[in-house]
Amino acid sequence: MTGAAVRRRPGPSRHAGGGPRPVRSRVPAWFVVPAALAVGFLAVPLLGLLGRTPWGRLGAELATPRVLEALRLSLVCSLGAVAVSVLVGVPLAFLLARVEFPGRSLVRALTTLPMVLPPVVGGVALLLAFGRRGLVGQWLDRAFGITLPFTTAGAILAEAFVAMPFLVVTTEAGLRAMDRRFEDAAATLGAGRWTTLRRVTLPLIAPSLGAGIALCWARALGEFGATITFAGNLPGVTQTMPLAVYLALETDVQAAIALSLVLLAISLAVLVVLRDRFLPSA
Amino acid sequence: MSRPGSGAQREDLLGLEAGLGLTLGQLRLEVELAVGPGELVVLLGPNGAGKTTLLRSLAGLVALDRARVVLDGEVLEDTATGRHVPTERRPVGFVFQDHLLFPHLSALENVAFGLRARGVGRVEARRRAVAWLERVGLAGHAGSRPRALSGGQAQRVALARAMVTDPRLLLLDEPLAALDAASRSEVRRGLRRHLATFDGSRLLVTHDPLEAMALADRLVVLEAGRVTQTGTADEVRRRPRSRYVAELVGVNLFRGRAVGGAIRLEGDGTLIAAGDHHGEVFAAVHPHAVAVHRRLPEGTPRNVLAGTADAIEVVGDRVRVRVAGPVPIVAEVTPAAAAELDLADGGPVWASVKATEVAVYPA
Repeated sequence: MTGAAVRRRPGPSRHAGGGPRPVRSRVPAWFVVPAALAVGFLAVPLLGLLGRTPWGRLGAELATPRVLEALRLSLVCSLGAVAVSVLVGVPLAFLLARVEFPGRSLVRALTTLPMVLPPVVGGVALLLAFGRRGLVGQWLDRAFGITLPFTTAGAILAEAFVAMPFLVVTTEAGLRAMDRRFEDAAATLGAGRWTTLRRVTLPLIAPSLGAGIALCWARALGEFGATITFAGNLPGVTQTMPLAVYLALETDVQAAIALSLVLLAISLAVLVVLRDRFLPSA
Repeated sequence: MSRPGSGAQREDLLGLEAGLGLTLGQLRLEVELAVGPGELVVLLGPNGAGKTTLLRSLAGLVALDRARVVLDGEVLEDTATGRHVPTERRPVGFVFQDHLLFPHLSALENVAFGLRARGVGRVEARRRAVAWLERVGLAGHAGSRPRALSGGQAQRVALARAMVTDPRLLLLDEPLAALDAASRSEVRRGLRRHLATFDGSRLLVTHDPLEAMALADRLVVLEAGRVTQTGTADEVRRRPRSRYVAELVGVNLFRGRAVGGAIRLEGDGTLIAAGDHHGEVFAAVHPHAVAVHRRLPEGTPRNVLAGTADAIEVVGDRVRVRVAGPVPIVAEVTPAAAAELDLADGGPVWASVKATEVAVYPA
């Protein structure tokens, strides 16, 4: 039964493109079993979350001051992280995509490192750099009286550290995929670099830029490890939603579930936006 | 046919005068080129000859090893003095091969782009862009995005966009290549009309001989980065100077050394031509002047070339036969003659050409 399902995909809709329908695919039939396991493994926890959600009291749960505080802080921190990332990450993407300079691949590797680095290690590294006695931190403290750890600014920094690579990588890919002759065309029409950037390049890479921002924001919103390590867990100052969920799980499971549901909804929304607007349908 | 010869226009410094040299991968470009004011020069050449690179060089989009580009007396590029006017400050309009209309802007915004970039106010830029869209017959499509336009319409928008800023040199890179065959001839007519309204120098690149002959005041043939021939369409058609051009215009081209009426060909064989010629020459023979026989023809002294009937192809209402021999030649005969001689079977044949049908000119 399962074998037939793999061999012959029923329904003309799959081949609406008009190409000839393959008699059989080249995928081994038994792949259906592990594949189904994988789908179940990914779906069941989500179903569990939805099943345990106190739908009737959801509004009340979300309206508690503690939850609202975490929600507000999460928005402030994640949007702050996106702003920081756009401000320095987009120019970085331009340099990586368009300028050949010595050590470019090294810089690119460094840029993408936070994507694979355990966030908690990132937090420790941030602490050593920007902590009160850190490399840059002690100087910031002495010169300006600025301390970052255990402040909202610190939480923003931690989230930006982890989330910026998503923006840089996506934007760079967009710049590389773009037909650069549009920039040539702009130049022949009398547009200098800045006009070309503003009126041609940025609009043309807007889909990639948008996707990068969405990914960056989603990652910042879910940040846990680096934030708790570098910025701590102070309600109203650095306690963002993921931290609040983790803490609430020990004292108030209902609140934890309600908060989780909010994060899940946001993730789904980002996914839908990315799918419809930015990712080519498979 | 009028001859806007290059010589007369070189004295005054108007128009374009360019000498360029660069190496780009496999391509070595070494070109001297002049385009008179108001002249339309068509750059014809096979793919990979460096035509597009040459246009891009003139627009300042390519870094050059050696260059001197002067337009209407203004030096745009001179590697000797290190002068390089950036692309955005050159009075040069460029129509790209696939139009390259900005996909996120409407037709109107595309046309107004150059004016806005050059500091023309919003209202004035819009007014002039609308006027140009009317001029190319697209006033009704002002708000359309490029993807909603047909190939011919996009081409006209691209033309308007390049011309609206009143450049002194207009560069067109294969302006008809992106169109399907059905719309090409109509768009070509329109292009010809709009190009006629432009009084600056015009340089158009193509690999289509028909397009070249139809549009050009003067042809420049570019092969492997070098100019191999320049002249009017008529001159090029009658006196090809390279195998590429000969094949384009469909004539047999030979090269050899003439002594009196006899031309000793490179390789092997001799051709007899009417008249008196000396030195290195080209000899051109039109295929329809070549007769094919199964038996050795008798009669007046003329060129008789032995060979075998090789490739046969039907061109219009004629049949083209390649006679492969010591002096290979292409003949054009009627289908009836081809059938009568059983040319499709191959075998030994003789090709004959009257001496008066051999056009001889200095190499």
